[in-house]
Amino acid sequence: MSPAFDEMWADGSAIRRPYQNIKAWLDSEDRPSLKAKRRDANDLFRLTGITFNVYGSSEGEERLIPFDIIPRVITSNEWNKICKGLEQRVRAINAFLYDIYHSQEIVKAGILPLEMLKNNPAFLLQMIGVNPPGQIYTHISGVDIIRTEENDFYVLEDNIRTPSGVSYMLENRETMLQMFPELFTKNRVQPIQNYPQELLNSLKDTVPETVENKPTVCLLTPGLYNSAYFEHAFLADQMGIELVQGNDLKVVDGFLAMRTTQGHQKVDVLYKRLDDNFLDPLNFNEKSSLGVPGLFDVYRKGRVTIANAPGTGIADDKAIYSFMPEIVQFYSGEFPLLQNVPTWRCAIKDQLQYVLDNISELVIKQVHGSGGYGMLIGPAATKKDISNFKKKLIATPQNYIAQPTLSLSTVPIFTNKGFAPRHVDLRPFVQMSPKKINIVPGGLTRVAMSKGSLVVNSSQGGGTKDTWVLEN
Amino acid sequence: MLGNTANGLFWTYRLLERAENMSRLIETGQRIALTRLSSSDEQWLYVMQTSAVSEEYEKQYSKVEKEAAVDWILRHPENKSSILSSITSARQNAKMVRHALTTDVWEAINGSFLDIQKLLKAKTREGDLPLIMRTIKQSAAFVRGATYGTMLRNEEYDFCRLGTFIERADNTARILDVKYYVLLPSAKAVGTSIDNVQWETILRSVSAYGGFRLEYGHEAGPDDIAKFLILDKRMPRSLIYCCDILKLHLSSLCSAYRNKPPSLSQIMQLQNRFLTHDIEAIFKFGLHDFLQEMISLFGNLSDQIEIDYRFYE
Repeated sequence: MSPAFDEMWADGSAIRRPYQNIKAWLDSEDRPSLKAKRRDANDLFRLTGITFNVYGSSEGEERLIPFDIIPRVITSNEWNKICKGLEQRVRAINAFLYDIYHSQEIVKAGILPLEMLKNNPAFLLQMIGVNPPGQIYTHISGVDIIRTEENDFYVLEDNIRTPSGVSYMLENRETMLQMFPELFTKNRVQPIQNYPQELLNSLKDTVPETVENKPTVCLLTPGLYNSAYFEHAFLADQMGIELVQGNDLKVVDGFLAMRTTQGHQKVDVLYKRLDDNFLDPLNFNEKSSLGVPGLFDVYRKGRVTIANAPGTGIADDKAIYSFMPEIVQFYSGEFPLLQNVPTWRCAIKDQLQYVLDNISELVIKQVHGSGGYGMLIGPAATKKDISNFKKKLIATPQNYIAQPTLSLSTVPIFTNKGFAPRHVDLRPFVQMSPKKINIVPGGLTRVAMSKGSLVVNSSQGGGTKDTWVLEN
Repeated sequence: MLGNTANGLFWTYRLLERAENMSRLIETGQRIALTRLSSSDEQWLYVMQTSAVSEEYEKQYSKVEKEAAVDWILRHPENKSSILSSITSARQNAKMVRHALTTDVWEAINGSFLDIQKLLKAKTREGDLPLIMRTIKQSAAFVRGATYGTMLRNEEYDFCRLGTFIERADNTARILDVKYYVLLPSAKAVGTSIDNVQWETILRSVSAYGGFRLEYGHEAGPDDIAKFLILDKRMPRSLIYCCDILKLHLSSLCSAYRNKPPSLSQIMQLQNRFLTHDIEAIFKFGLHDFLQEMISLFGNLSDQIEIDYRFYE
């Protein structure tokens, strides 16, 4: 594996231009005062309540996601390039979703094997033939992008079912504004604060045809103990909409309604932060107490918008991911602007053999997994890990894909021992309505806090940084 | 506005008021214990009875002792109604309705919770008591100030205030009822001045020791204390004051929603029947019976508000 591209130092000879101001700032600060600022930042996060609940730990335990005070900087040229690629990709994914739940042209054209849909739990049979309002499935996408060189950006993963993390993008900026106002006087950083308002507008542009008056939008959360509850409450607050749980909602006279102090009131758009499976015990998992009985019947009749649409999970399925270049090309008629990471599908015999032969250089991921659970990073794994994993691969190859260990770019973080490079990725958030695609200039930069680690997931100890897109 | 949100706001403020009232009782208990040589640990039973935590305490301990009692009320993990559990649940409710609170109010509640939780982590030592009490009192004032200064005067605010004042009315009635016998006109013979330890306890429990003396003078008797805490409209913890505020906010909800639900009629009936007479009439009716009646009516009112505004269904 070649040494990683450092976004501050590039090849080490000179500071890259976008980081010159950052370097000058860091040189002018002394370590104790930066440490004090870092403590202040943590206190601020605790006070605001920007915490996440850890699954499997004692109930109600709240943790902070480590926050690093050094911003990650992206130039406007780089950003424009990324945006074009994102727009192309998200439009294609939306078209793909419509297609596979309708006439399946992509299968007929011989590009996607039918087996990729059949028996795939992420392919929601209930969605076949359903027309989501405005033909929008992917109201919000969080696309994970990694950088390997000055000009090389790859999509590592598309988060389509319930993309999360945008509250950290917003709160990281708020924290930086409070901690280091002088940085924003000296640097022209593009603002991101209107994300919630724009999301609300985007959702209102996607209402069912039956809506005549001002639409009612609300956010559906699984509740207080969900790991992302803070984000749900935060977004509802910022968007000025109600935060509801399943027991606040009910189907009344064929429409979705929420229980207000004055009785039931119709809901037109449901921004759901709940897995499809739990959405409606009558149509999906019957044991779910988090959802709303009959919700899906209302949806099928086109009387409520659900964002993102049920069944979008198929598009971020890791087995489908490997077809993404073909998918983009099929629906856009253009070459993909953002590259995919080369991916081996273990379900295919030759490819499985390659993976087994080269396992110590590859990253193996579960097809249906997320959050960095159940994966193997070949170069970092012990012999025992590898031999255990090989057994799993041979037993259930269809559950795995493999990718080369790409060297994620590094950005300096502030550690107790001073500045040190750490690997990062980037999750920009893309909003889509029938009117337009909107991408707020920024995103969530996730950073692996320990030396050499490539795992940036917050559930695995990863941290975050403020992400700056500079003005031209 | 969601019924569930109204519920969350109501209980956030109800539980915060409860925690504050309990801390005032502890403070009173401690003050009396330190300044009155005649006082005994038995007075902690009064404190626990007023906070309705004595029954559970007696299951755990064979006798009433100051150290155990204070720890029980403040933070004992087995006490589901301790000050710490009340504040924890208040904050949990606030977290649920975070989007209906201003940032200032949320941060005041969350920050207070974090401070108090830290202070009450381990068993309380007597030396730490002043700091703990001060922190709880300041937190209560902080949340109240943030609420007063930043919340819009809309339905959300109405539900917050309803929670506060139902709890407060109930608390004042309980404080009086636990010691009602020392307030009867016949008790005049027993104590001769406001110096009476029983009276001091009652007045301090509602932060009104100084205020009462100032308004009623040193000659005042126990019946004046009853009058002060039941019928004096200047006293922000008196029953009449609390009921006025409850009616104010129920009426305001009424005009916002253009309807007249049973809870409004209930508070008006309660005021007409019980708070339009003078204190002599109340004594004649029977102070204990009167207070029991009030406590049960406050309970009914709280239930009716839940129904009228669809807290649960």
